[in-house]
Amino acid sequence: MASYSTNEFKAGLKIMQDGDPCAIVENEFVKPGKGQAFNRVKIRNLKTGRVVEKTFKSGETVEAADVIETEMTYLYSDGEFWHFMDPDNFEQLAADQKAVGDAAKWLREQDTVEVTLFNGEPLTVTAPNFVDLRIVDTDPGVRGDTAQGGTKPATLETGAVAKVPLFVEPGEKIRVDTRKGEYVSRVKE
Amino acid sequence: MRARVRQFFDARGVLEVDTPVLSTAAPTDPHIHSLVTRVTGESGPRFLHTSPEFPMKRLLAAGVGDCWQLARVFRDGERGRLHNPEFDLLEWYRLGCDDGRLMDEVAALVEAVVGPERSVPPLLRLSYRDAFLEQVGVDPLAADAAALRAAGRAAGVEPPCGLDPGDRDGWLDHLLATRVVPSLPAGRLVFIHHWPAAQAALARLEPDDPRVARRFELYWDGLELANGYHELADAAEQRRRFEADGERRRRDGAAAVPADERLLAALDAGLPDCAGVALGFDRLVLRAAGADALEAVLSFPLERA
Repeated sequence: MASYSTNEFKAGLKIMQDGDPCAIVENEFVKPGKGQAFNRVKIRNLKTGRVVEKTFKSGETVEAADVIETEMTYLYSDGEFWHFMDPDNFEQLAADQKAVGDAAKWLREQDTVEVTLFNGEPLTVTAPNFVDLRIVDTDPGVRGDTAQGGTKPATLETGAVAKVPLFVEPGEKIRVDTRKGEYVSRVKE
Repeated sequence: MRARVRQFFDARGVLEVDTPVLSTAAPTDPHIHSLVTRVTGESGPRFLHTSPEFPMKRLLAAGVGDCWQLARVFRDGERGRLHNPEFDLLEWYRLGCDDGRLMDEVAALVEAVVGPERSVPPLLRLSYRDAFLEQVGVDPLAADAAALRAAGRAAGVEPPCGLDPGDRDGWLDHLLATRVVPSLPAGRLVFIHHWPAAQAALARLEPDDPRVARRFELYWDGLELANGYHELADAAEQRRRFEADGERRRRDGAAAVPADERLLAALDAGLPDCAGVALGFDRLVLRAAGADALEAVLSFPLERA
């Protein structure tokens, strides 16, 4: 089993902690005077997203997590699983609801997404930060209202609902920031 | 700032000296790791110095008198926001001086070197014991490892992964780093003095209270700047400490290092009564610059060297 020494710790390194794959967010080397050195690290649990702080005696080793991030093409969902394809070797993978999570509502067939694999299985799916989607349902646009800042809900082609400005029309394409689920702009076609 | 250091010592009649970077011996301190190299034609490894302390003490025993040196030193495994494996150590020794008076001189040097750029905060002296009693609520001279662990738990300090529960000094270091130092008053230059005897390093013990050693450290807003001693001059005691360090290294599975027999011979011949201190010069520059990471004051940190 591969392992890392605390000397190799740096942000982004993937390690196993309490049986779960984790990523190091921050690593600080602490050494008092002539004394024992420690590594104080912030670790994100890749399954739960929770960030915890831990201190390691320097020189300790921890098990490496077999985690890789890879770009894949979203193919389709069969209701239970979401299917992705590696564009290089055309291998397909199925991710369950837990792995896809919130990304599900932004996925459009043939889009490229980031899939994090743990021991070869999808752990998380991350939608692109910005997606362009067509509005399938919203109230008709209110003319002239471009500065008032009012919003209305709009249903997008993937089924996601986002708040959009009042002037946006049904059938228009908009850009959405998937991290916050927020409208960014209209997209000219 | 280097020119000011030179002026400071010139004005006080302290001689600038220079000692070799490569040595056949290395410090036995279990937490200091030397870089090692070889010299063609010489048998055995050569260790890059981690401080010029041992050869400077040999000069002192040979009668050189008050001396100072600004040396580039090397320590393996020390990398981070406040550590770089090579750094400049300002080290000096004063004859007929003890740790108390040397603390005054350290403060004077900081003022002389940094003062023109930045106002140096007022001094505060705090014993190691009082600092622990105040911040962790435990007597570091009396508590065993279990009591230190319990005090840490009560103070909300997570036990570090891999630290032996019985490693008393390890727990003291951990509590010092996580609770005591971060809680030192801001805007003060703090000397922590009278360290536990087990962490005497190269300091002599307090004659009236052998639980503590005449060692001090200087902190500026949580940043450790200097470490000083009323120097141990007893060769037999120094040999015992080298052997204890060697034992500890064996237990830790750390590389064995040859103790400095030439230093022991010099102590045998007689080290004059003196106090000495080593100050991390890059960190002093860091404070003068008002920055918070060493890379701000190094031309090229290790990653780019």
